[in-house]
Amino acid sequence: MKILVPIKRVIDYNVKIHVKADETGVDLANVKMSLNPFDEIAVEEAVRLKEAGKTSEIIVVSIGSEKAQEQIRTAIAMGADRGILVQTDDPIDLGGIEPLAVAKILKILVEKENPDFVLMGKQSIDDDSNQTGQMLSALLGWAQGTFASAIEVNNKSIIVTREIDGGRETLKLKMPAVITTDLRLNEPRYAKLSDIIKAKKKELEIISINTLDIDCSPRLKIIKVTEPPARQNGIKVSNVDELIDKLKNEAKVLS
Amino acid sequence: MSVLVIAEHNNKRLKAVTLNTIGAAKQLDNDIHILVAGSSCNSAVESAAKTENITKVLKINSKELSHVTAENIAPIIADLAKNYTHVLAPASTFGKNILPHAAALLDVQQISDISAIIDNDTFERPVYAGNAIATVKSSDDIKLITVRSIAFEPSSNEGGNAHIENIPSKGKSKLSSFVALRETISDRPELTSAKIIIAGGRGIGSASNFALIEKLANKIGAAVGASRAAVDAGYIPNDCQIGQTGKIVAPDLYIAIGISGAIQHLTGIKDSKIIVAINNDENAPIFQVADYGLVADLFDAVPELENKL
Ligand SMILES: Cc1cc2nc3c(=O)[nH]c(=O)nc-3n(C[C@H](O)[C@H](O)[C@H](O)COP(=O)(O)OP(=O)(O)OC[C@H]3O[C@@H](n4cnc5c(N)ncnc54)[C@H](O)[C@@H]3O)c2cc1C
Repeated sequence: MKILVPIKRVIDYNVKIHVKADETGVDLANVKMSLNPFDEIAVEEAVRLKEAGKTSEIIVVSIGSEKAQEQIRTAIAMGADRGILVQTDDPIDLGGIEPLAVAKILKILVEKENPDFVLMGKQSIDDDSNQTGQMLSALLGWAQGTFASAIEVNNKSIIVTREIDGGRETLKLKMPAVITTDLRLNEPRYAKLSDIIKAKKKELEIISINTLDIDCSPRLKIIKVTEPPARQNGIKVSNVDELIDKLKNEAKVLS
Repeated sequence: MSVLVIAEHNNKRLKAVTLNTIGAAKQLDNDIHILVAGSSCNSAVESAAKTENITKVLKINSKELSHVTAENIAPIIADLAKNYTHVLAPASTFGKNILPHAAALLDVQQISDISAIIDNDTFERPVYAGNAIATVKSSDDIKLITVRSIAFEPSSNEGGNAHIENIPSKGKSKLSSFVALRETISDRPELTSAKIIIAGGRGIGSASNFALIEKLANKIGAAVGASRAAVDAGYIPNDCQIGQTGKIVAPDLYIAIGISGAIQHLTGIKDSKIIVAINNDENAPIFQVADYGLVADLFDAVPELENKL
């Protein structure tokens, strides 16, 4: 069984972001970039399935700049077999390659590689769209299992437990399928140094986005990107009595 | 042309987030239709027809939709969408699951999680865990949009008298099937519409200690929320998680107890009117956003607070 895992290079989740002064976007120059946390969970799950003998090959795919090779190598060091980079110089966070275009590119790669299922993050922590997996499922006409907190791969089907607003839902998906990961699916491993060194020698194919006959021009024009309004500074209270007094008499949120 | 809202409901009534979504639709057009798709959903259809601002209810009542999957409902939405300028769904796990699927079928780039409407093509949406706000203008002919419920006033669930139109189901997709639902049953208010929320984090220390939070919440009729760390540790069910990947809330009063205040958590609470933090680390980042901070051991402060309220 073969799994395709799409991954994205994004700003590290610990970095405090800065909006550019000209309001055109978020400043990504000289900041730490990482593998999107949800994609890391997807890679980890694929590797665990491989370790359990459920799959034979894990292919990671990224769409992004030349530098996204770093994230592909990270995924390979974690246990993926090989990587594909669809290279573009357009932004991948805002105003460039959007989820619909990504889903179209992934469709082409799926048709080329014929995986049994696609395992990917539910959302990337830059544009926070939460769309690509659902769109890929629609374009392929495959079963869809979003926000997975547990998956069980059988011969022809996958049992997916989904985190939803009212609790947890379990679905049975016919293969092939697209599954998106939520936070509690697993805790990703750290790649060992020896595996990071070995990953440098693994196969990494680079495809220029222009060779794929897809219109990737953005549908959402970025008018501006601004800082959110800041909250006013608060105060420290010295004890519970003072807190209750403030809530009742100053903020008037308790009666 | 008019606007279509996709209802999230439990077959009996519309969920509160649907009313906020109608509130957003109101800013786009006066003619608002709503799709209520379900099984034995007559009560939900009737409540939709009575909702303020709704002019037409599109009803699909079919056994096949007793558990709505994206594969079942997205093709229906995609067909209907061709008659509308905008299709809106709540940015809940329900809307997030189905609407992008429909958007791809229509070759539309969805606009996720809008927090403001500038004009009929232009919207604001939080990005980077809410640390930036992007204003985007869509060039698609039909706009498919998910709505951040806390950013829009809800429509009233009475005062309307909409026409109801039956439409056929498209049958059941064979791609996926429902197995089970483990619902979190709670008498407390829903997080996304609660006036007061008491939330606990890793500092609570165990599932049994979480009773402290619950007792306080019961005393003042509050909803109970949590940080990711508290959910990961199994103190409380997943649907109580607040933040970038959980629920976005905006109560009048949010009390964060034993929560450090990571950016992924703060993005879910920063539109609350008043934020209170109780934490024994005076340098915890939560104090930077708290209107009232109490540096204290929660195991002393929380029972005292409960007693004195
Ligand atoms: C992709 C991604 C998405 C995420 N999404 C979310 C999300 O949606 N929501 C979310 O919450 N997090 C999210 N996180 C996790 C987030 O980064 C933090 O790890 C998490 O919020 C920390 O939870 P916490 O504050 O409960 O725990 P901690 O950071 O461990 O804080 C515990 C706090 O309790 C205090 N404390 C301990 N004992 C006591 C005591 N006796 N009395 C008083 N105070 C005490 C400590 O001082 C500390 O400040 C996400 C992370 C990633 C990478």
